[in-house]
Amino acid sequence: MAKVSKSPWVLHYDGASCNGCDIEVLACLTPMYDAERFGVINTGDPKHADIFLVTGGINEQCKDVVKQLYEQMPNPKVVVAVGICACTGGVFKETYNILGGVDTVIPVDVYVPGCAARPESIIDGIVKGIAVLDQKREAMKQGKLPELNVEDISEDGKEQASANEAQNAEAETTANAGEESK
Amino acid sequence: MATRSIIPFGPQHPVLPEPIHLDLVIEDEKVVEAIPSIGFVHRGLESLVAKKEFTEYVYIAERICGICSFMHGMSYCDAVEHIMEVEIPDRAKYLRTIWAEMSRIHSHLLWLGLLADGFGYESLFMQSWRIREKILDMFEATTGGRVIFSVNQIGGVLKDIDDSLMNQLLKSLDDIEKELKAITKTFLNDATVNNRLRGVGILTAKQAVDLATAGPFMRASGINRDMRTTGYNAYKDLEFAPIISKDGDSYARCEVRINEIFQSINLIREAAGKMPAGDIATPIKGFPNGEHATRVEQPRGEAFYYVKADGTKFIDRFRVRTPTFANLPGLLETLKGCQLADVPLLVLTIDPCISCTER
Repeated sequence: MAKVSKSPWVLHYDGASCNGCDIEVLACLTPMYDAERFGVINTGDPKHADIFLVTGGINEQCKDVVKQLYEQMPNPKVVVAVGICACTGGVFKETYNILGGVDTVIPVDVYVPGCAARPESIIDGIVKGIAVLDQKREAMKQGKLPELNVEDISEDGKEQASANEAQNAEAETTANAGEESK
Repeated sequence: MATRSIIPFGPQHPVLPEPIHLDLVIEDEKVVEAIPSIGFVHRGLESLVAKKEFTEYVYIAERICGICSFMHGMSYCDAVEHIMEVEIPDRAKYLRTIWAEMSRIHSHLLWLGLLADGFGYESLFMQSWRIREKILDMFEATTGGRVIFSVNQIGGVLKDIDDSLMNQLLKSLDDIEKELKAITKTFLNDATVNNRLRGVGILTAKQAVDLATAGPFMRASGINRDMRTTGYNAYKDLEFAPIISKDGDSYARCEVRINEIFQSINLIREAAGKMPAGDIATPIKGFPNGEHATRVEQPRGEAFYYVKADGTKFIDRFRVRTPTFANLPGLLETLKGCQLADVPLLVLTIDPCISCTER
C-alpha cells in the first residue's frame, strides 16, 4: 500500500451510471468500510477536492458537467474511474448515447473495474490515487506544470474510445496484477 | 413584490448521489417555482433489445438501476414468461418474493440514511448504512452480489436458498429488526428530526391522485394503493395490508418507509415458512411472440414494464415507466412555496432514482 501522506478529499459524480457504483462509493464512507481512516472525506465542492471519483460511461449531456468539475478542481488532482462503465462503457457501450468511458472526456489516472465495483476495490483505487497525487505534487514542486490535456481529447468521444481501449486493457491488467500480488 | 431570482440546483449537489437539475425561481428565501431538466443519466438502454438476445437482456434490465436491480430483472422475466406462457415453479416465486422484499429493506435503509444526511444528522446516516450492510451481506451469501445479483432467468431463478442459509437470513433479519427499532425512536421522536420533517412539503390526497404519484410518496398522503395486493409472485399467499399515513408531509413519508421495512421483514419470515420444495426453474423453448405489460411494486412505487416480441430472438420493444418519473410532478408541486433550505430534503423525500427515470 502506498504511503498516505495527506488527507485526500474526494468529489463524486455520477456520469450516466446505473447507480450501483454510486451507492458503493457512498458505502465506502460508512462504518463497515470507513474510508475516512485514510483521511478521505466526501466533499460536494470541486474546489475542495483532490480526487475525482467518476462512475458511468458518460453521455452527451453530462460530458460538459464532468469537464467543468474537472477543470474547477485545483492542481494536483487525480481522476479515478469507478466501475466497468467508467473504464470502457461496459454493457452500455453499444447504446447510442454513451461515449464509452471517462477517459473519452478527461484524463484518467486509476481504473477500478467491476460491476458494480466493490467497496474494497474502490478504496484500493483511492489509495492508488493518493500515490499518483503525491507524484503529481512532487512534479509540481519541481516546476513541471501539470498537463492540461482536456482540450487534447477530441470532441468526438466515440473515435477516441477505440484508441483508449488498448490503454484500458493494459490498466486493468495492472490493477488485477496488483490485487493478485496482495 | 420581492425581486425574483433563479438558483440552479444540481446536477452535481452534495445531497444527490445522482444528477438532476432544478432551476429554482425564488422570492427572498421562498421557492416560487421549480423547473426540472433531466437526461444526465440517459443511456438509451431500451434500444439495446435490438442488440442483445432476449435471454441476455435480463442482465441489461437489471442494470436499469443499481438499487432496485433485482426487481427490474424480475419484472422483465415476468413479462417474457407471460408472453411465452411459461408457468414458473412455486419455489421460484417465493424466492423472487424474498429477494424483492430484501431489496425493499435495503433501499429504504439507504433512503433513511440519505434523508438523515439531508437534514444534517450524520451519525444517524452512518447508523442506517451500518444496518444496511447486514442485508447486503445476506444478498452476497444468497446470490453472490452486493448490488447487482443476476439471479433471475427466464423461467425461474438461478440460485436456491437452502435451509441453513435461510436460518442465517432469518437470524440476520432479527438483528436488523432490533437495531432498526433503536434508530426508529430517533427518526420518529427526536425533536430536531421532527422540526425538520413535520409539516414540510405537504401533498394532499387530492394532489397525490391528480398528479398520479406512486409508492410511499403517495401512500403517505393517505392513498391506499400497493401493487403487491394484485398478488403477483407469492404475494397472493401472504398476508399484509398496505401501509398508509394521513398527513402527507415529509414526516409521514419517513414513517411509511420505516414501517414498510418492518412489514418486509415480516413478509420474508412468512414466505420462508410457507416456501414449498421443488424446482427453481422451468426450461424454456423457442422465442417469445406477443406482448405483455407487467406492474410491480418497487421500493419507490409502481413500475410498469411493457414487452413486445415478434417471434425472433430479439425483443421488438421494451418500455419501462418508473416510479420516480411518476413522482416528479408531485415533487414540483411540493417545492412550490417551500423554503430554499428545505429543497434538498424535499427532493430526497420522493426517494429519487434518476437512473431508473432516465434509463
